[in-house]
Amino acid sequence: MADMSVNVCGVDFKNPIIPASGVFGYGREYEELFPLDKLGGIATKGTTLHKRTGNLAPRIAETPSGMLNSVGLQNPGIDHFIETELPYLLTKDLVVLANIAGSTPEECAQVAEKLEATDVHMIELNISCPNVKQGGAAFGTSCEMAAEVTRQVRKVTTKPLVVKLSPNVTSIAEIAKSVEAAGADAVSLINTLLGMRIDINTGRPILRNNVGGMSGPAVFPIAVRMVWQVANAVKIPVIGMGGVSSGRDAIELMMAGASAVQVGAAIFTDPFAPVRIVEEMNEFLDSKGIASVRDIIGTVKPW
Amino acid sequence: MKYIQDKFRIVSKRAIGRDIYSFEIYCPAAAQLAVPGQFVHIRANGFTLRRPISICGIGEDTLRIVFEIRGEGTAAIANLNEGDLIDMLAPLGHGFTLDDNFRKVVLIGGGIGTPPMLPLAKFYGRKAAVISGFRNASAVILQEDFRKTGAETILCTDDGSTGIHGFVTEPLKELAAKGGIDAVYACGPMPMLKNIAAICKGNGIYCEISLEERMACGIGACLGCACRTVRNDEEYFAHVCKDGPVFKAEEVLF
Repeated sequence: MADMSVNVCGVDFKNPIIPASGVFGYGREYEELFPLDKLGGIATKGTTLHKRTGNLAPRIAETPSGMLNSVGLQNPGIDHFIETELPYLLTKDLVVLANIAGSTPEECAQVAEKLEATDVHMIELNISCPNVKQGGAAFGTSCEMAAEVTRQVRKVTTKPLVVKLSPNVTSIAEIAKSVEAAGADAVSLINTLLGMRIDINTGRPILRNNVGGMSGPAVFPIAVRMVWQVANAVKIPVIGMGGVSSGRDAIELMMAGASAVQVGAAIFTDPFAPVRIVEEMNEFLDSKGIASVRDIIGTVKPW
Repeated sequence: MKYIQDKFRIVSKRAIGRDIYSFEIYCPAAAQLAVPGQFVHIRANGFTLRRPISICGIGEDTLRIVFEIRGEGTAAIANLNEGDLIDMLAPLGHGFTLDDNFRKVVLIGGGIGTPPMLPLAKFYGRKAAVISGFRNASAVILQEDFRKTGAETILCTDDGSTGIHGFVTEPLKELAAKGGIDAVYACGPMPMLKNIAAICKGNGIYCEISLEERMACGIGACLGCACRTVRNDEEYFAHVCKDGPVFKAEEVLF
């Protein structure tokens, strides 16, 4: 049995696997299937200052080896999260990353400020949601805006601050450097890639929002490349995600430079995916005689 | 809501119509939890998203599903055979209200919306009138199953090739005019459900409808399968997988 524990900017995780924001709600639905304590952490559903109703349906489409979603940050608002969801999650033995979002840097800061008085372990600032008209991806696609929103949130929080990056940019490494300089303690990537499908019988896009975020195994090689590029560009830790569906995938992303790994769409295919991935990682490490999962972080030997 | 996920044995497979299959699946734990109106979420080999399929029969140890091939995912599921394992997350969702005090109910299924009416027909038996609507005679399914429950069956086709020529709403209007209906339950295309909801509202009849939407998690976590509803005078996006698939018709904004 290998040592599966990792540390991301001072926060201890018993294992590196974290269900990604948006796929896992606030954890309750999956607890029917397995104890949340089996997870290293949970990135909670993106939460905004006020409740949001989200986009019209359809919000989901299948793609080759993946899917599109355009949920549009439907959430009950930060006050509900703090009063109802967070206290429950804090009774569990896992790291809680509160994923937050807003239409303006000020709104993001207000949400973070409300979390300051709580015992949440980390804040994951979403500057990369492709499904909301204001804020969201717009913050994540320019170095200046990414830095500005990070700075404003940094000012009001002492919590470890993870900034979640968009892959829909020319150079994700440059964005990562900007948020590092603005005070981020870690970065997580990749959020979904902007995609689109059309029903050729009707000529209508399948998603009512026309476009949506693509995830699933098809995006995995892009995630590996971007995690590798970012890990080489910044000194802060990287949390990797994007199409991870097996223990081997998670190992690969950690070799590319990730200190921990989030799992998203794979949970829709196999609800037990996060638990299975931890077991598969452990089997791989044992088979190679590697004592600690930490020993593989960033060990890729580029040509 | 209580549910499990596992691989279960398909104990019988039958083609019951053009591109329509019936599976009987041995899954005692899921069968014991299931109620009429719920669905199962099936993994299609090679696909990221599971496929939600309504429950057509609840046995002591088995669940029956009837589904139509709609695309590559359902085609992959239809390729499974008797004796194969099927990966299911089940039973899911909020089912139909079952009330022993109801004396007369009308169950309405349109096309592939008819299968979830069968467990209701079994529950209500002679108290039920089942109106089924299909495009034409070759699309008709499950009529013998409905007759066996003791329910009255009324068949409609769009082209008149069998049964009544016309939509399911015509016999519903006639039954409503006679009075004495405690509830209407329906599943099928949205325009049909909208018309049924309007007729029930006009006649003051309680109505529940089962909806369909593109879905990811199936258990209320991802918020993918949104449905516009009104509850306590407040509009909100409910989710077909957890708040539904069965909704009170008066709550749904068509």
